[in-house]
Amino acid sequence: MPKLRDVCPRVRSKVAGPFWVTIDLFFDSREAFDRYHDDPAIQPPSVAVVYGVDPALVALYKVPDLNMVKISYPRPTPQGGVVERDMHSGQQFVFLLDVEMR
Amino acid sequence: MQAQFTQVRLFVPVGSLGAGVRADEVEAAIERGFDVMAMDAGSTDSGAAYLATGTSKNNRSAVKADLLLAMGAQARTGAKLIVGTAGQAGGDANVDWTVEIVREIAREKGYRPRIAVIYSEQTQATIKAKLAAGKVQPLAPLGPLDEATIEACDHIVALMGPEPYVAALDQGADIIIGGRSTDPAVLAAFPIWKGAPAGAAWHAGKTGECGAQCTLGSNLGTGVFLTIDAEGFEAEPLLPQNKCTVHTVSAHMLYENKNPFQLHEPGGMLDVSNARYEQVSDTRVRVTGSVWTPRPYTMKLEGAGGGLYQTLMLVGIADPFVLENLNLFHDRMQRALTRRIERTMGEAAGKFDVSLRIYGWNAVSGRPVPDDAPPPREVGVLCVITAETQDLANQMAKACNPYFFHLPLADGIELPSYGFPWTPAEVPRGQVYEFKLNHVVEVDDPLELVRFKWIDLAAAPEAAHA
Repeated sequence: MPKLRDVCPRVRSKVAGPFWVTIDLFFDSREAFDRYHDDPAIQPPSVAVVYGVDPALVALYKVPDLNMVKISYPRPTPQGGVVERDMHSGQQFVFLLDVEMR
Repeated sequence: MQAQFTQVRLFVPVGSLGAGVRADEVEAAIERGFDVMAMDAGSTDSGAAYLATGTSKNNRSAVKADLLLAMGAQARTGAKLIVGTAGQAGGDANVDWTVEIVREIAREKGYRPRIAVIYSEQTQATIKAKLAAGKVQPLAPLGPLDEATIEACDHIVALMGPEPYVAALDQGADIIIGGRSTDPAVLAAFPIWKGAPAGAAWHAGKTGECGAQCTLGSNLGTGVFLTIDAEGFEAEPLLPQNKCTVHTVSAHMLYENKNPFQLHEPGGMLDVSNARYEQVSDTRVRVTGSVWTPRPYTMKLEGAGGGLYQTLMLVGIADPFVLENLNLFHDRMQRALTRRIERTMGEAAGKFDVSLRIYGWNAVSGRPVPDDAPPPREVGVLCVITAETQDLANQMAKACNPYFFHLPLADGIELPSYGFPWTPAEVPRGQVYEFKLNHVVEVDDPLELVRFKWIDLAAAPEAAHA
């Protein structure tokens, strides 16, 4: 089975305010978007497991005009605490790259 | 009432004041002609320190250099100049710091603008009264607000919409320096004042909030030029080598946003689900169909405060024996440092935390690494000690110093020395600053929580300093 990194060439993450992270998945064609945007591996229940957050708060948006999927989830701890390791959450996308797509 | 609205030409010189306005883009904008320059000067992205301490992220000379270009263009053209979220966080101290630079430039250059200063910092008492009146609501993922959380904030700001800026324009401001505002509101204010349709004004504001980021080459310029008309808006770069495309303009709605279609703003919601993006020339994109729906007026609150203190130490390790056993090394070091603090300081240590981050291994993720992972060539180990005061954190680091630099991987082997890069080895880092609020406050009027100050240099010019 391919991994997300094999089917989606551009993935980025960033804070959306101090309490949220948003991940943008840019597929490189409409065909790839159509094939993978509904994949269980990137739906809220699976994403919640990867990041250890409440699945009810994970949101997924499809933007077919841009062949992209957006996933937003609450930060496990607010930006900048005692154990902060990634202030912009800019490296958080990496932990989604190896999920297995069907 | 305004006359029939035709169009507003909005020049955004840069995504954030102090990031580097380009003189060639300012000249290009003047040649083209514009009605207003607007930009924000901050964000929460860089962390809570700037609101908690009332300081700017950008250095003073960088902000002054940008203001020199912007105020110069304002003086030459007579177009309005609007800066929001002044001084990175938009608290009162951040605003006053920026206004002082504006006055200095006016003095040096002999400019005589009418300056409106708009403050949106809130006292703890104001927010407590709003809370008691049931006018403060939480935003996910936080729960209801309590008084202790309000008291933990060193500074609290309410994010302004366009209305305070519109009020200042009504009263004849040439330059407006505003406190914390939503990014799109700073850009949308002037078009809304002129009678532009709210959907187009807000969407244009969102598109231009980061300057050239909505263009193809954010390395080819810093600004963007927006024309808002009765049906929509158009976005284009300032310089001919750059361009806006349907992709670059529509994709900006994704950036730093939870939701790519809807944006909650003071007094309403912008919905771009049915927006149409059209390439109308090689460099210009036209956008229509953005919808603004008014809602009960709320302002988002941001509050930040300083808590515990940290001291840092760093070592570099290239020793293959350690690199082949990094998980073991981490756990052994963690135990040794924690015990060392407990033994040497006892009760006096208070609440403390030792965090070892092995860069080159798992420092960024903090996640376990499988035991069969190949060893890296080198790692840097950052030791972050957190305590109730700076002095305590420093003492702990000093107590840990010999262990952190010399702890062998196993008992009974020769004493190693890891590569530490400076002396003294302990770096007092200061306080940990955190955002405490993610709530909205209901207001009866958009100006209820806002204060104005006028500096009218047209009436009383700044005395030139000798």
